[in-house]
Amino acid sequence: MSEEILIRGGTVVDQAGERRHDVRVRDGVVVDVGDAIDATDADRLLEAAGCVVTSGFVDLHAHLREPGREEAETIETGSRAAALGGYTCVVAMPNTDPTQDSVSVVEFVRRQGELAGLCDVRPSGSITIGRLGQQLSPLGELAAAGVHLFTDDGDGVQDPLLMRRALEYAADLGHDGHGIVLAQHCEVKRLTEGAVMHEGECCSTLGLPGWPAIAEELMVHRDIELVRITGAPVHILHLSTARSVDLVRAAKADGLAVTAEATPHHISLTDELLAGYSPLFKVNPPLRTMADVEAVRAGLADGTIDAIATDHAPHASDTKERPLDQAPPGMLGLETALGVSLAHLDMPLVDVIAALSWKPAAIAGVADRHGRPIAPGEPANLTVFDPDHRWQVQPATLASKSRNTPFTGIDLRGKVKHTILNGTPTVIDGTATR
Amino acid sequence: MKHFRSIDEVGVDGLVRLLDLADHMAEVNRRPNPKVPALRGKTVCNVFFEDSTRTRLSFETAAKRLSADTMNFAVSQSSVNKGESLRDTIETIGAMGVDAFVIRHGSSGVPWQVSQWTTASVVNAGDGWHAHPTQALLDCYTIRTALNRPESFDGLRIAIVGDIKHSRVARSDIRAFGLLGADVTVVAPRTLLPPSIEVPVVSDLDAVIDDIDVLYLLRMQQERMTESLVPSLREYTSRFGLTPARAARLPEHALVMHPGPMNRGVEMAVDPAELPGAVITQQVTNGIAVRMAVLFELLGSGSNLEESE
Repeated sequence: MSEEILIRGGTVVDQAGERRHDVRVRDGVVVDVGDAIDATDADRLLEAAGCVVTSGFVDLHAHLREPGREEAETIETGSRAAALGGYTCVVAMPNTDPTQDSVSVVEFVRRQGELAGLCDVRPSGSITIGRLGQQLSPLGELAAAGVHLFTDDGDGVQDPLLMRRALEYAADLGHDGHGIVLAQHCEVKRLTEGAVMHEGECCSTLGLPGWPAIAEELMVHRDIELVRITGAPVHILHLSTARSVDLVRAAKADGLAVTAEATPHHISLTDELLAGYSPLFKVNPPLRTMADVEAVRAGLADGTIDAIATDHAPHASDTKERPLDQAPPGMLGLETALGVSLAHLDMPLVDVIAALSWKPAAIAGVADRHGRPIAPGEPANLTVFDPDHRWQVQPATLASKSRNTPFTGIDLRGKVKHTILNGTPTVIDGTATR
Repeated sequence: MKHFRSIDEVGVDGLVRLLDLADHMAEVNRRPNPKVPALRGKTVCNVFFEDSTRTRLSFETAAKRLSADTMNFAVSQSSVNKGESLRDTIETIGAMGVDAFVIRHGSSGVPWQVSQWTTASVVNAGDGWHAHPTQALLDCYTIRTALNRPESFDGLRIAIVGDIKHSRVARSDIRAFGLLGADVTVVAPRTLLPPSIEVPVVSDLDAVIDDIDVLYLLRMQQERMTESLVPSLREYTSRFGLTPARAARLPEHALVMHPGPMNRGVEMAVDPAELPGAVITQQVTNGIAVRMAVLFELLGSGSNLEESE
């Protein structure tokens, strides 16, 4: 028997709107939602005055680094970072070593997630063996083992024939009427060889090789057209350019099965930050211009972009002290996603939460457990956050094993107070419970 | 002035101050005993992660003429080949007591990273495609003396020809010449330009060659051919090289400059010895004076430029 928890004094926000309610949780489910619930039976009282009580966040895009790069992050430390960020579920990217291209590796990741017990870790699978873009991974076996999202993230599938075949083959996979989804890191590699930052004015001045917007947009366009002829869904990872947003908007208007995500850093930071040559601002796709940032924000606001996904990419400090062209790309994101989103998006609160919770839950194939309405009988995967709390990130206090946040010194708004996973608190008053 | 990592960092005032100081250094260099005790007791460490003979020798000579002690660190004989990080390398050398690092690195931005890890001054001796500010300084000094323009470059027409995109020399020269008031034009095919550029661009050298005061040729590297940036060196020479026909059209007073090392028969398709306006060896000579000026500005105290005993 798990303890009975009463979340008291908060504002419940879910698909049905918002209302002042207390929420009672027992045995992993919400048992009561209502006014002034009697606290006498509660084993634990979680204060939520001034806070929003909503379904736990779902991250479509986290690099947890285990197996293979445990010096940068482990599934446990990444899960703790996720819980502190309000997440109850993360999709673990497959660019591990070994790659998540077999049932055994995928099972290992899932089990490490269960052992950590801080977050529902859902391994993705790679589209191709070793993410080498040459031979399909056993998509059917992996789908049967419960993998829902497939991607070669870190790289895009360059070969258009292979991508077409993958989509055609994937169209019949999945279970319970939920087909699997292929997620693309859109980057035409030939156009980004040696690239360090966005191709534009800043890279010209700084003498750094540019990553042109067209390298993303060509693949976004290609994959949209492949969706059109195959009917299989594609999820576009970390959309970063204005033109990409337009392409996805048009695809959705055509009724195509295309979804998209954007990262917190692509709605808040621009390429001008590279002027000091700090590798903390190196990321792939790169930070773009203010016009791109505004277009991505607009895409989130009008629903063209479905989800906010972190692309949480921990890197050990010494690798981020290399010369810029040799430093690995990537930024931490799990612990700051909410704070960045609320600080930089001019959208109704419920829409921001939708992009952090139930919309990504649907794409990740976890909508039976996460991103649920707050109602009796629903799984108690919840997050409680103060939407008005202003704060700045202190790298030294992050739960992640790495320190490569680009948000130091930047004002954030909204901080997670409590997170509940399957009825058990993983975060209480901003502190992880384990 | 703490560091000299880019032209922008010192601005027009710093640029003019260094050029004026270079005049004094040139005077020192003309003495029978071209050595002063100005930086006695100071240690300058040349840290070159990329091969360079002329720039390293120029800095070393400059430091020695100011009586500084010099250390040389070349990557081929260093622990970097054993996997030591840039930061550890800098902190290790710094722990030996260094007043200035002179850094050459193939990656843009390294001098800025290095200055986070040391209290010493950092001089950029070339970083990636980004900047080569002492080259720009010596180019300005050469133009200033050769064309007798001590005050400003107002109205001076300078054409920089060639691979602008990959050139730290071009980036620094465009900034420095511009700050001094020159009208800079770059001449290059689109493939050899950065995505954006702040000065006028022409693609036809013949359209400007009759009407310039300075022709600045950049080194054209063989490897650009394999990247499909230009079809062939022969075509490059025919469109952008200084051929005898173009040399004949240059105004009589016009200077011809090159940062070296030259590709004879490619960008320099005439013998520079036969060009009255060629100041390429003066550029090398002036390199020592301007680098003395930089080191003195960063490390000197007082004006101890008298002859050493």
